[in-house]
Amino acid sequence: MSTAEAPDENRRDFLYIATGAVGAVGVAALAIPLIDQMNPSASVLALASIEVDLTPLEEGQSITVKWRGNPVIIRHRTAKEIEEAKAVPIADLPDQNARNANLADGSEATDANRVVDGKEQYLVQMGVCTHLGCVPIGNEGEYDGWFCPCHGSHYDTAGRIRKGPAPENLPVPQYTYLSDAKIQIG
Amino acid sequence: MSGHSTYNPTNPVMKWVDDRLPLPRLMYDSFVSYPVPRNLNYWYTFGGILMIMMVSQIVTGIVLVMHYTPHVDMAFDSVEHIRRDVNYGNILQKWHQVGASFFFIAVYIHIARGMYYGSYKAPREILWMLGVAIFLIMMATGFMGYVLPWGQMSYWGAKVITNLFSAVPFFGEAIVTWLWGGFSVDNATLQRFFSLHYLLPFVLVGVVILHVWALHVTGQNNPTGVEVKSGQDTLAFTPFATVKDAFALCVFFLVFTIFVFFVPDYLGHSINYEEANPLVTPEHIVPEWYYLPFYAILRAVPDKLLGVVAMFASILVWFILPWLDTSKVRSATYRPIFKQLFWLLMIDFFILGVVGANPPEGWWITVGQIATVYYFAHFLILLPLVGLLETPRPLPSSISDAVLAKNAGKQPAVQPAE
Repeated sequence: MSTAEAPDENRRDFLYIATGAVGAVGVAALAIPLIDQMNPSASVLALASIEVDLTPLEEGQSITVKWRGNPVIIRHRTAKEIEEAKAVPIADLPDQNARNANLADGSEATDANRVVDGKEQYLVQMGVCTHLGCVPIGNEGEYDGWFCPCHGSHYDTAGRIRKGPAPENLPVPQYTYLSDAKIQIG
Repeated sequence: MSGHSTYNPTNPVMKWVDDRLPLPRLMYDSFVSYPVPRNLNYWYTFGGILMIMMVSQIVTGIVLVMHYTPHVDMAFDSVEHIRRDVNYGNILQKWHQVGASFFFIAVYIHIARGMYYGSYKAPREILWMLGVAIFLIMMATGFMGYVLPWGQMSYWGAKVITNLFSAVPFFGEAIVTWLWGGFSVDNATLQRFFSLHYLLPFVLVGVVILHVWALHVTGQNNPTGVEVKSGQDTLAFTPFATVKDAFALCVFFLVFTIFVFFVPDYLGHSINYEEANPLVTPEHIVPEWYYLPFYAILRAVPDKLLGVVAMFASILVWFILPWLDTSKVRSATYRPIFKQLFWLLMIDFFILGVVGANPPEGWWITVGQIATVYYFAHFLILLPLVGLLETPRPLPSSISDAVLAKNAGKQPAVQPAE
């Protein structure tokens, strides 16, 4: 009897494992589209870069432009603000990474690394607080730079976090100078 | 509690149905003959009130969806359209909006009652944990619903709360982008929130059914915390509990409808009547009042990741409450020290709410931090210790004894000592 049953049991085991395996693979294959559909769609990813003319921006003025649904802050910094930013020792910064998409990751958060060489008066950065995403307010806070009203983060004149719950400096998006006073973001 | 059924249908149609699908029997046993402790007070009526609030939110919600448009360009206007143009839309929309607040008022009272009378203790741990799950689902549903009118506070509330997930190490940014379906809160986010806001209430109904099932397996706790010992300790659900629940519901709805009809925006924020603007953050972002204590805990911790962890932990700690409370006595009535700690926790929770409503500046930060530390100390240090150190007052031998003793004390002149 046992000899007669043995092949049957093997067949049953095989069916059991094979069905289970097909089911597992099927569920996994189905999960991928169901999860990935929530990621940015092609139309969102295709959102073009924008061009910004900096000529009307006087010293001490800031503008906010919208790029990929987020605000980008562009500030024409005063000489005093640049001095202040340069005077800060790197060791005093909570985040010593420049967070500049145009530089290699891990560059030091010096003032020079936050702007483009020779254009240090123009600071271009995301207006998205690295804490929980609010838009920081300009010319506010204890470091003359930006202050986030939501949870009290203070950024300095180079957009670097100095005090408060935000963990990182305001990110600098990828951008290039098309001409002397025109930039393309993205 | 779940003894044998006493359902005996006289109507031949009901008998025919009952023989094939005993649904009438289930309803009769659960809501008519079901025995409840005879000493339940009005704090025990909030379960029924919550049930009605859930149905009320689902019915008004389904109706609102018939007129609402989940698109960033039209959502705000479509809500205004409901308020101004749709027949009775002003009442239906307010009913749903204010209803969310009153749903939370009822659930907070219901949870506090469970904590006071020790309703989470054995054998009701799963009943309690299902309740915590219900509360979490309610919070998620309420949050996503608040985003739908697409006002300034809707938008920025959504942005701040979804950004909480960016605190997750390594995958934070990817998770947030996935939640948003873009690089910011935008149309994709609004549409998925709408979809989930419609789905979650039905998930809620499912968990509520499990919650009631668990309740009917263990039977209700009661103000003495002493288990039901005989039929003398109980009354039939109908008419006794039904009428008491219905009366409490009427009073609750009286207050609720005063808010709906006369001060519908009292519990909201006027800035949400300004359409969402991704470029300008309102000066002062605050969540709806029912999230404020947890928001205060988030802001009390100066580190982003730890702040998020503390906020979630402040609710998740309720899951292990049955094992943190070491006392064998359930009801605070017989626990003199625990009773004081309970009220201190209520005050602490209220202070956290006030802190959450105020800007994170100056001494609000200190107050928030002290209140947060106390909140966790209550659950993680005080509760386990008090259970071991406290001497409880003597318990009544049964519920009916407690009831009789109370009534005897009330009429000393008429009934002198036996």
